[in-house]
Amino acid sequence: MVLFEVFINGIILGGMYGLIALGLNLQYGVARILNLSYGEFFVSGAFTAFFTIMLWQYNPLLSLFVSLPIAFAVNWLIYQYLMIPLIRRAPDQDALDADVVLVTFGLFFVFQGLALVYWSGDLRGYTFLSTPVNFLGATIATNRLLAFLGACVIAGLLFLVLRHTRLGAALRAITIDPVAAGLVGIDVRRYSALAFAAGGALAAASGMLVSTFISFSATTGVAYTLKALIVVIMAGVGRVTGTLAAGILLGVVEALGGYLIDPALTIAINFGLFMLILLLRPTGLFTRA
Amino acid sequence: MLEALRNARFAAALTAIASVLLALVPFFSSGYIMSVFILLYANIALATAWSFFSGATRYISLATAAFFGIGIYVLAVAHVYVTVPLALAAAAVIGFLVALVVGLSTLRLRGVYFVVFTFGLTELVHQVLNWWEVKINHTVSRFIFTDVSNIAIYETLLFAALITIVGSWYVNQIRLGYALRAIGEDETVARHAGINTTRVKVICFALSASVMALVGAVLALRYPYVDASIAFNNTWSFQVLIAALLGGTGRAWGPAIGAIPLVLLSEFLAGTFPHHFSIALGLCFVVIVYFLPGGLTRLVLRLYHSWRLPQVKKAEAL
Repeated sequence: MVLFEVFINGIILGGMYGLIALGLNLQYGVARILNLSYGEFFVSGAFTAFFTIMLWQYNPLLSLFVSLPIAFAVNWLIYQYLMIPLIRRAPDQDALDADVVLVTFGLFFVFQGLALVYWSGDLRGYTFLSTPVNFLGATIATNRLLAFLGACVIAGLLFLVLRHTRLGAALRAITIDPVAAGLVGIDVRRYSALAFAAGGALAAASGMLVSTFISFSATTGVAYTLKALIVVIMAGVGRVTGTLAAGILLGVVEALGGYLIDPALTIAINFGLFMLILLLRPTGLFTRA
Repeated sequence: MLEALRNARFAAALTAIASVLLALVPFFSSGYIMSVFILLYANIALATAWSFFSGATRYISLATAAFFGIGIYVLAVAHVYVTVPLALAAAAVIGFLVALVVGLSTLRLRGVYFVVFTFGLTELVHQVLNWWEVKINHTVSRFIFTDVSNIAIYETLLFAALITIVGSWYVNQIRLGYALRAIGEDETVARHAGINTTRVKVICFALSASVMALVGAVLALRYPYVDASIAFNNTWSFQVLIAALLGGTGRAWGPAIGAIPLVLLSEFLAGTFPHHFSIALGLCFVVIVYFLPGGLTRLVLRLYHSWRLPQVKKAEAL
């Protein structure tokens, strides 16, 4: 029975991973820009929620009205003014990747440094909806359930948009082949900028939802970037709909591994799984070979 | 051809004079100056070793901290049982062997996957080692007791930095170096040209890793104690990468040029304003990519040629 509870907890945890990775998969899969400063937007979403409840005593959910537009705008600007020049001058995807890795690592350092200067390196947290509820026989906190439901709703909406709207069709076309998409009259640059900005906004949203039950600091961003990247590579780059499933798989493996082997080794188990997938199925679990 | 020979002789003479002068520094300077130089040599050796593999092949590795940390730990464990020189040699050998195993399994990943993998590798080794120490050895840190003087550490690192630069220059002149650069240009073409790309990559990756482990082991002699988070600090990976790219990876001496401003910057900023150092480091990345794609090396070479060419023309006219 304990094992079952661990399993349910793994699913909830994995939902959170999936949620965090959704935005990164939009950025990396559609816009083809691997944003290594992704976690910083996650952290800024968490901090906005923290200040909303601690300083102004409002419901942290309201912070989304501030953090989402800002994250969207900043990411849009990054794409327009930092990435476009690189895309223009790069001879091939390999060269572009190398430049992008360097620039976004640089942005990561700049953002993290700014966050440390203004928000300090202290660990932050707050209590919000921490009452336990019974979920399929396992006891979990309401805020975790909220984040899980948030993940499901966001993934579901994304799925609907991608499958059933013109915008979605354009984004899927770009994911498959940006050059061909341009040939059939899709404004690749505009839609890529949109996907990149939406990915950043999703990072802030997931930061807000996760901050209700996990404490965070200015330096925790990079850990989430990595975790998101692991999930994206597991799911397959551009496989937006598989992301949630891959996240849940990672969460379950991590929870079971931590329970059966040793909780101190969860990160090692994480990376072990990641390396295994990189070596055996580098195109991801949910792509057709 | 004669010109090239004369240049090479000039460079060799310059290097010899500079290294003798640098070797004499500890006898005339304070402990603080020496410690800055020690840090500088360590960074130069690491950046040159990084550039030797990653610069030539364009496989951007973030595993510097992993091999560096392995060196630190090998020394911390081994110096209890054997003499210090033997412990240093053990660090280099183990770094080489670990890189051999890692390289064989991972060097077929390209681009971003390789970057992320090597970053993850550092975290993985860090975690597993930490777990091993706590669970099996019931300890979190290891003390290092040696009577090695700062002067000996200084000279060893100076020597290591020199050997790394000269060695990297030498390998660039022989078949192995050409093969390595061919892989960086186009791996598929290199394979079709008959290069055993896996062997070349793995050997060079392991060579570069053994230098990193050696540098870690020498620096560990200065630490009173080490734990997993001191040994496997990711900052090393980033700082080394920046130094190499700032200097430029096209020449063996490039990374050394990049390491100098970076070490000075970290010396002045990291102690008093650590967060501002992180911001400065980040801006360095951005500046390199947008304004200095070939690094300082290209800048220096361009200045040199613009000064040199008119002179050559003048000489020809006479």
